[in-house]
Amino acid sequence: MPSFVIVDKCDGCKALDKTACQYICPNDLMVLNKETMKAYNREPELCWECYNCVKICPNQAIEVRGYADFVPLGAQVTPMRSSDSIMWTVKFRNGELKRFKFPIRTTPEGSAVPDGGWETATDDISSPLLFTEPGSLKMDSLFTLNK
Amino acid sequence: MGPFETVEVNTDLLIVGGGMAACGAAVEAAYWAKKYGLKVTLVDKAALDRSGAVAMGLSAINLYVDLNSGKNTVKDYVDYVRNDLMGITREDLVANIARHVDSTVHLFEKWGLPIWKDENGNYVHEGRWQLMINGESYKVVVAEAAKNALGIENIYERIFIVEPLMDGDRCAGAVGFSVRENKFYVFKAKATLVAMGGAVHVFRPRSTGEGLGRAWYPPWNSGSSAYFTIMAGAEMTCQEVRFIPVRFKDAYGPVGAWFLLFKSRATNAFGGDYMVERTDELEKWLPYGKVKPIPANLRNWLGMLDTMEGKGPIYMRTEEAIQKIAEQYKDDPKAYKKKIKELEEEAWEDFLDMTISQAILWAATNTFPEQAPSEIAAAEPYFIGSHSGASGAWVSGPKDLAPAEYFWGYPNMSTVKGLFCAGDASGASSHKFSSGSHAEGRIAAKGAIEYIVKENPQLNYDANQIEELKKKVYKPLEVYEAHYKETTDPDINPNYIRPKMFMFRLQKIMDEYAGGVSSQFKTSKPLLEKGLQLLQFLKEDSEKLAAADLHELMRCWENIHRMYQAEAHVRAILFREETRWPGYYFRADKPSIDPNWEKFVNMTYDRKTDTWNVFTRDIIHIF
Repeated sequence: MPSFVIVDKCDGCKALDKTACQYICPNDLMVLNKETMKAYNREPELCWECYNCVKICPNQAIEVRGYADFVPLGAQVTPMRSSDSIMWTVKFRNGELKRFKFPIRTTPEGSAVPDGGWETATDDISSPLLFTEPGSLKMDSLFTLNK
Repeated sequence: MGPFETVEVNTDLLIVGGGMAACGAAVEAAYWAKKYGLKVTLVDKAALDRSGAVAMGLSAINLYVDLNSGKNTVKDYVDYVRNDLMGITREDLVANIARHVDSTVHLFEKWGLPIWKDENGNYVHEGRWQLMINGESYKVVVAEAAKNALGIENIYERIFIVEPLMDGDRCAGAVGFSVRENKFYVFKAKATLVAMGGAVHVFRPRSTGEGLGRAWYPPWNSGSSAYFTIMAGAEMTCQEVRFIPVRFKDAYGPVGAWFLLFKSRATNAFGGDYMVERTDELEKWLPYGKVKPIPANLRNWLGMLDTMEGKGPIYMRTEEAIQKIAEQYKDDPKAYKKKIKELEEEAWEDFLDMTISQAILWAATNTFPEQAPSEIAAAEPYFIGSHSGASGAWVSGPKDLAPAEYFWGYPNMSTVKGLFCAGDASGASSHKFSSGSHAEGRIAAKGAIEYIVKENPQLNYDANQIEELKKKVYKPLEVYEAHYKETTDPDINPNYIRPKMFMFRLQKIMDEYAGGVSSQFKTSKPLLEKGLQLLQFLKEDSEKLAAADLHELMRCWENIHRMYQAEAHVRAILFREETRWPGYYFRADKPSIDPNWEKFVNMTYDRKTDTWNVFTRDIIHIF
C-alpha cells in the first residue's frame, strides 16, 4: 500500500486530541475517515515509506507492505520506538528473523537548549560570528580572509 | 468548498520551510530577534518534527570539516567542492558554510544526537568529511531546538506557501493556504527566508507504479523554493546542475557507508571495475578528470558507460568488502564472528536509519550483504543544491569572504531585497548536506535580522493584490466544482486536468526531451527546443488544473512549482553549449567540456511578460 492500516487495531485516535498518523505524515497522506473512524493512506503511490506513521501510531495499527511494483511479497520490517532507542524486527521472505536495536538520542525528550550552553561572544549583528561562536566551534576564533 | 477566511499574520522575519535549513534559521533568528525586540514566524507545509528531507532520519552527517583537529582547512573543503562540481562553485559561499558547520554539529551533539565515537572518544569518520551517527531521530532533535527557540505559538504547520508577497522590488512576505481548514494565510514580513527544499518528481522516476513515491529525495520536495524565488524576480544560478545519485537499485538505499566506510568496490556483471578499466575516459574531462577524489558525476559517467555497453547489472560488492574487513581477525574465530556481526548491524542500521524501503527489499529478496552483492544504478535527476547538484538562487556572500561582485549587503540575501535563501534554496554552494544546510540557515537568519535592524523597511500592502492572489490560489477548486458533474467519471473531463496527470505529463516531457532515465540522460538543442514547446502547452493548461479538496489543491500547486523548475532547467542546459557534468546530463550535440564555459549560467524571469533572461557570470576565486 505502502503504509496500510489494520482495521481491527485502528481506533481513530479517539482518545487523543488529534489523529497521530494524520498529524505526522510529511506528505499529507494519512487521513481519518470520519464515518468509519479509521485512518487510511490516500495516495500510496506517493508514500516514501518513511515509517513516521508506523512509529507514531499508539496502537501499532500501521504497517508497511513494500512497493508492489518492485518488491517481492513476504517481508516485514517493524519498528518499536522508545524515548531513547529503536528496536527493529526484520522478517525475510524465507521466514528468517533478525533483530537490531539502535540508540536514537542521548538526552531526555524536550531538553534541547538552543545555545547548547555556549555563550554569545559578540552582540555585533554585523559580525560573521553566530550566537554560539566561537565557543561552539571549539576554536578561539572564526576563519576569515580579512585579518 | 469555502468560504475561505483570510488570516493575516504580521511578523518581522518569516521563515518559510521546516527542514534543516529552516530549523537552523529558527535557532539563530530567535536569539538576535529577542535582542532587538523582533518577531520571528516559521511556516511549514508539514509537521516540524518530521518535515523536510531528514524526516525519516539519516545514517551520517556528510559535512564536518573538523577544523579544530587541524586535519582540514576551510580551503581544503572549498577545493574539494569546486573540483567535484567541475569548477562551478561560489567559493565564498562554500567557505562560509565550511567555517560554521562544525559549530552546528557540536550543537546537534549537545541537543542529543548520538554521534559514533571511537575508543578514544573521537568522532568516527565515514570518510574525510563525513561522520557516522545513530540518526533515526536526527530531525526530531533538531526540530526540538528550533521549537524551544521560537516557541510553538510562532510555528504554523500544515500551511502550503504558494507565492511571495511583493512590495515593488522588495519581498514583503508570503501567501498560502491551510491544507486542513478553509483558511487563506497572508504572512506580512519585513524579511523572508526561503528554505523549502529542492525538487523531486520533475523527471519521470524509474518506478512509476506504487514505487513512484520511492524517490531518492523525498517526494514532498516539490520545487517550492525555486518557484518562490523565481516569481519574486530573484536571479537564479546553476539551474542546469541537476544531481543524479547512484544508489542501491530501486529502493535507493545509501551507498556512502559502503564506498567510504567499508571501502567496497562496484563491479559490472563480468567482474570488471569501471573505476579501473575506464581511467582513460577521465582524460576527456580535464582538468577535473584527474582530481582526487574523482568528481561524483564522473564516477557516475564511468558506470553509465558500462551500463550503456550492456555490461550490467552493476553490483556493490558488499560480500567482498565485509569479508575483507573481517579478514584481519581470521586467526581468532571468536573475534572474526563478532566483527562480522558488528559489520552486519552497521550495514542494516545504515538503511533502517534513512531508507527503510531498502531494508524491506533486502529482506524480500533474501539478501544477506555479507554473502551476496547488491545491484546499484543511476537514479533519475533531482534538483538539490545542498548535495552534489547546485541549483538555487544567486545570493550575496559574507563581507569578509566574498569578492565585491558577490557581495551586496547581507549574507545569503538574494538579488531581491528582503528575500534570503538557505539549504536547497541557495545555489552554487553544493555539498552542504544536512549539517551545512542548518549552518547556512543560521547564517542567512543572522543576515536577515541584520537587514531588518539596519534598513527597517516600511512596506506597503495592496489589498487588491492580496485578493487576487487568494482567488488565484483557490482557482483549481473552482474549476473542479464548475465541471466535475458533467461526466460520469470526474477523472476524465475535457475542461480540466487533475494534478496527477499534469505531473505525469511534465515528467514525460522532461524524461524524453531533457535527458531523463529513458533517454540515458542524453539531450541536445533540438530535443530541448521541442521540450520547451511542450512545456509551453503545459504552462497554458496549468490554468485548467482542478482540485476536489484541499489536499489535491496542494498537489496542483506543487506541480506548478515543479513546472517552473523544469523550465529553468531546460533553458539553462540549452544555454550552456558544452557537456560539463557527463554523469548528470550529456549534450549529444556538444559532447565535450569547453574551458570557455567555466562560468556560471544565471537567469531571471519576468512574470509580467513570461520571459526569461539567461546570461553568464564570472567565477571569482577567493583563495
